[in-house]
Amino acid sequence: MTDPTGYTPRDWGSHPPYIYADYKSTPLRGPTRPLVPLKATLSELTGPVYGHETIGKLDADLTKNGAKNGEPLGERIIVTGRVMDERGRPVPNTLVEVWQANAAGRYIHKVDQHDAPLDPNFFGGGRCVTDSEGRYRFYTVKPGAYPWGNHPNAWRPNHIHFSLFGPSYLTRLVTQMYFPGDPLLALDPIFLGTPEKARDRLISKFSIDVTEPEFALGYVFDIVLRGATATPMES
Amino acid sequence: MAENFGQTPSQTVGPYFAYGLTPEQYGYPLKEIASGRLASEDAEGQRIRIEGKVYDGAGAAISDAMIEIWQADAKGRYAHPADPRGSNADFRGFGRFGTGTDPDNRFIFDTVKPGASGDGQAPHINVTVFMRGMLVHAFTRLYFSDEAAANAEDPVLSSVPADRRDTLIAQRQEGPGGVVYRFDIHMQGDAETVFFDA
Repeated sequence: MTDPTGYTPRDWGSHPPYIYADYKSTPLRGPTRPLVPLKATLSELTGPVYGHETIGKLDADLTKNGAKNGEPLGERIIVTGRVMDERGRPVPNTLVEVWQANAAGRYIHKVDQHDAPLDPNFFGGGRCVTDSEGRYRFYTVKPGAYPWGNHPNAWRPNHIHFSLFGPSYLTRLVTQMYFPGDPLLALDPIFLGTPEKARDRLISKFSIDVTEPEFALGYVFDIVLRGATATPMES
Repeated sequence: MAENFGQTPSQTVGPYFAYGLTPEQYGYPLKEIASGRLASEDAEGQRIRIEGKVYDGAGAAISDAMIEIWQADAKGRYAHPADPRGSNADFRGFGRFGTGTDPDNRFIFDTVKPGASGDGQAPHINVTVFMRGMLVHAFTRLYFSDEAAANAEDPVLSSVPADRRDTLIAQRQEGPGGVVYRFDIHMQGDAETVFFDA
């Protein structure tokens, strides 16, 4: 296999803008000047490599990695999917990091002051590495919705945060996975900041095939990263 | 071959990334994959510290940003299969630091100064900025103030409007603890940092 000479551009028709007024923290934080085009050099065609050696044995099981004296409360779920590029080629051996609220909608983070209980048996952070076909798999509990200060009576839909590297510096992605049928999606400025045509890509699908009988419901969330190009991108 | 699958949209890292992405730095019980310490005491090369703050459009230092850096080793080699010179197993070249633990909301990286990679670029570090209130991460680069000659020849720096290049130059200071490069990131305003569409 030849080394890639570039990656497909970030598709700005699929990603949210830096400044989206309804998400009220963005107007003072997003860059305001046009981005300067940068043709990939060795510095961008390379990127951090974290493989299976990075993973502890309970890291991909959030129902166990924070357990102190029992199991976490909530609806046990499996979250799995394929990491691939835009042509459907798998992204193997890449690190997937996740973090989420507990079933009551409370993050363990010290800054979270939401009046909902912490769960002594749930931490909420984990990671795994994709297999040779780009597949990942986590066990966890379904995160709860929680209020935030963006606007009166603002609530975040149930979601799990994802962080991925992919094969290069350019393929980095931080995103959030949502759940099908959540009524809060239509009200959430973080979700709605995404161009309409691409919003469905953020919503996982329930799968009875992934569901384990007598144990846990299954959700599938495939993730598409920028793909390597065979020839240099024309400017 | 057709590109049949649309890119998964980016979403914000949010305010609560720390226990997932920088857990040890913030005191959470999960081993972290990367930190602000890229190089050990005996790492080959010139040991340097990089520090700075991330300012919002009102001039306030942001306390819930996360900075990642990616760099070559002291000989300009990247620890990645796409670098044909082979990797340096002792230096991974990746750092990650949240701005919520330092009392002044600084990010701090202890590393080695990267060498030039031999393709005409000046020594530099790739910097990625994430934060609550940003739905998409931002790419920038850090160059070194004591590399003026190499900076003048750098093709990426040369592609930046001349009056904005200074936003990418980290300023060298010699302190009691060693060499510190100061690199502040301004999200907006007159000194808005150059961000790249990479």
